[in-house]
Amino acid sequence: MTIILLLIPAALLLALFGLGAFFWTVRSGQYEDMDGAAQRILLDDDGPLPERADGDQDGKRSR
Amino acid sequence: MAAIDPAYSVSTDADPTAFVRERDGHREIDLLVKGVHCAGCIARVEGGMTEMPGVRNARLNLSTGRLALSWDGDKSKARDFVRRLAEIGYPATPYAPEESRSAQDVEEKRLLKCMAVAGFATANVMLFSIPVWFGQGEMDAGTTGLMHWLSALIVLPSVAYAGRPFFESAWRALRARQVNMDVPITLGVTLACALSICETVWGSGHVYFDAAAMLLFFLLIGRFLDTRLRARAGAAARRLASMQAATANRMDANGHVEAIPARDVKPGDRLLIAAGEKVPVDAIVFEGDTTLDTALVTGETLPRAAAAGEKIFSGMVNLTAPVIAIAEARREDSLLAEITRLVEAGEQGRSRYVRLADRAAKLYVPMVHTLAASSAIGWLVFGAEIYTAIIIAVSVLIITCPCALALAVPAVQVVATGRLYRSGVLVKSGDALERMSEADLAVFDKTGTLTVGKPQLINRDTLGHENFELAAMLARTSRHPLSRAVADLAGMGDVTPKVRETPGGGLEAVVNGKSVRFGSAAWLGLEGGTDGVSEAWLMVEGQDPVRFAFADTLRPDAAETVSRLRVLGLEPVLLSGDREGAVREVAEALGIAHWRAGLKPQEKIAEIEGFKTRGRRALMVGDGINDAPALASAHVSVSPAAAADISQAAADFVLQGEGLSAIAEAILVSRAARRRVLENFGLTILYNCIAVPLAVFGFVTPLVAAIAMSGSSMVVTLNALRLTRS
Repeated sequence: MTIILLLIPAALLLALFGLGAFFWTVRSGQYEDMDGAAQRILLDDDGPLPERADGDQDGKRSR
Repeated sequence: MAAIDPAYSVSTDADPTAFVRERDGHREIDLLVKGVHCAGCIARVEGGMTEMPGVRNARLNLSTGRLALSWDGDKSKARDFVRRLAEIGYPATPYAPEESRSAQDVEEKRLLKCMAVAGFATANVMLFSIPVWFGQGEMDAGTTGLMHWLSALIVLPSVAYAGRPFFESAWRALRARQVNMDVPITLGVTLACALSICETVWGSGHVYFDAAAMLLFFLLIGRFLDTRLRARAGAAARRLASMQAATANRMDANGHVEAIPARDVKPGDRLLIAAGEKVPVDAIVFEGDTTLDTALVTGETLPRAAAAGEKIFSGMVNLTAPVIAIAEARREDSLLAEITRLVEAGEQGRSRYVRLADRAAKLYVPMVHTLAASSAIGWLVFGAEIYTAIIIAVSVLIITCPCALALAVPAVQVVATGRLYRSGVLVKSGDALERMSEADLAVFDKTGTLTVGKPQLINRDTLGHENFELAAMLARTSRHPLSRAVADLAGMGDVTPKVRETPGGGLEAVVNGKSVRFGSAAWLGLEGGTDGVSEAWLMVEGQDPVRFAFADTLRPDAAETVSRLRVLGLEPVLLSGDREGAVREVAEALGIAHWRAGLKPQEKIAEIEGFKTRGRRALMVGDGINDAPALASAHVSVSPAAAADISQAAADFVLQGEGLSAIAEAILVSRAARRRVLENFGLTILYNCIAVPLAVFGFVTPLVAAIAMSGSSMVVTLNALRLTRS
């Protein structure tokens, strides 16, 4: 049963970490535009890839 | 004034440069963008803005419709941004953000944090409660004690933090020698915690830490939703108001004109008021002759002439010629100090209204406390120990948990407000729904409420298609109300290039090699009509002049709304500040038997007070500055979207869309909400009938308390949710 002496603090610490993270999201204004965040995921913000300067054909792409 | 760019003139009446701020070497502005609702809109608006030269950052908040722009360069670029937004289909107006964060915002964040803490405590205390509930008999006293101590460690600080909104409200109520629902909540939570501490320290009985945390969590969810909906309604109302918020053109000593926000005008400033603009503050005409549309201020539909020395009031629209006026008051004082005073008086009267929830609390609190006390006495009489008797009394207080009762009203109001919000009705407060459901009389204003409030072309059929299209091509370039009436009716279309606008006269251009002029009779050298109707004439070179007649017409859904309200049991009444003839015409067209014309604001209040003394509960619908006091003193009030700021502030409901048909919907939803509230009270009483005997006879264990409390809250919330379906 002594294992609970380790498990309980671990569980509480994890929960406190979650609570702290939530406080941080409130403070950094992440709940101010709930609709916008939901829609922005649909935006395709990748532009066309720029032409490569050298003629390297190894298939790797860098942006 | 030269021809105005059409894109600019249709998008806004306020000059955006007045709202530009400077920060760290670049310039910033907040714009309210109309019609944004999807990812495509975000991409188009932000993409369109970042393409403009000099723009550093463009960020659109989709929930509030606010676009924050920052750029390098001159502040006059703001005009280009607004014009560009109009071109890509999103009309925008400048918006002056509040200096500090609004109180509502702070309150919302605080509730969110409290809710998170209560949720944290509720979830984690289960880690220790469930083993105790199900391990009875197997668990030794030492482990049980450890579990209790750990529960206390989590719950006590959480309750101290998350319970503050309730504790503070209860304390305020008690200090004012009143009781509200937060008093039994506070008492229940405090007693549950206190009893549990005693049990943890000295006894080995039941602890109620989990019940206290859960109670707070449920209540905070309800309170947070309530605040958020109200904040949303408030923000939308402010947005409507700022759509009409204006700039003023101030002239300095050298005759140089600068656009400034109207709220920065000081008494003594010289203001240039162009034709088609709203008068920003109360002022005295210094130079120039014009006519003014006073519909919003007095309810009169016929324009009023004003010459030098005449006093003009904010909210009037300058129709014909630019004038220079000397400001007499600041904007806040200008909103007619007298009107503001009357509105405040009306609102004070209304604050005496006792809400259903408070009435319930008044009955509930003494009843429960008597019950708890008498059960303690009962156990003592039958020979129990003092300790047992106290525990029984406390468990009565906990189990008659005010949770369900405290949720009964707000849950319904949140759902009803949300439903009305989606149908385009903003509800300013919860008790407005209660008052709305009681209304049995519908008092209407005429101008701008039953009628459109703007001149409408009434003889289109007799004009001929060609003449009408020609006039529309000129009219689209102008901001004058008559031009706008023609342009709105014609819809989108071509614009004649190089239109010259003569203020107070009209528009002229060359179309297909012929000179075309559209304007007032006097400017064209014609004999005007004598029937008192607003008019404009179209003169094409080599043809007879054509007369365009304008009048204020009924809203398309006015008749339907009046008859629907009658079916709902609200007798229509018409109270107007306009002339008798115009009012009679409207009353007869709508079949309204009771009407009064030529009323001043005080007389409107007197009429409404008269209804009150006869035991009637009046729903007032009005839009003008002159209606604001009547809106505030009526039992419940509605104002349309185009209403003056002060009327929107005074009204309980603000309609967002065009038309009045949403009023009937608001009444139906309010009545349904009232039924749900009463049902919820019924359910709570039923719950207490079962739970209280259990508590009185000492059968309540922590498990029973937790199930009973969350079960009753759930039932009440589900019943409220039924309102989302019509």
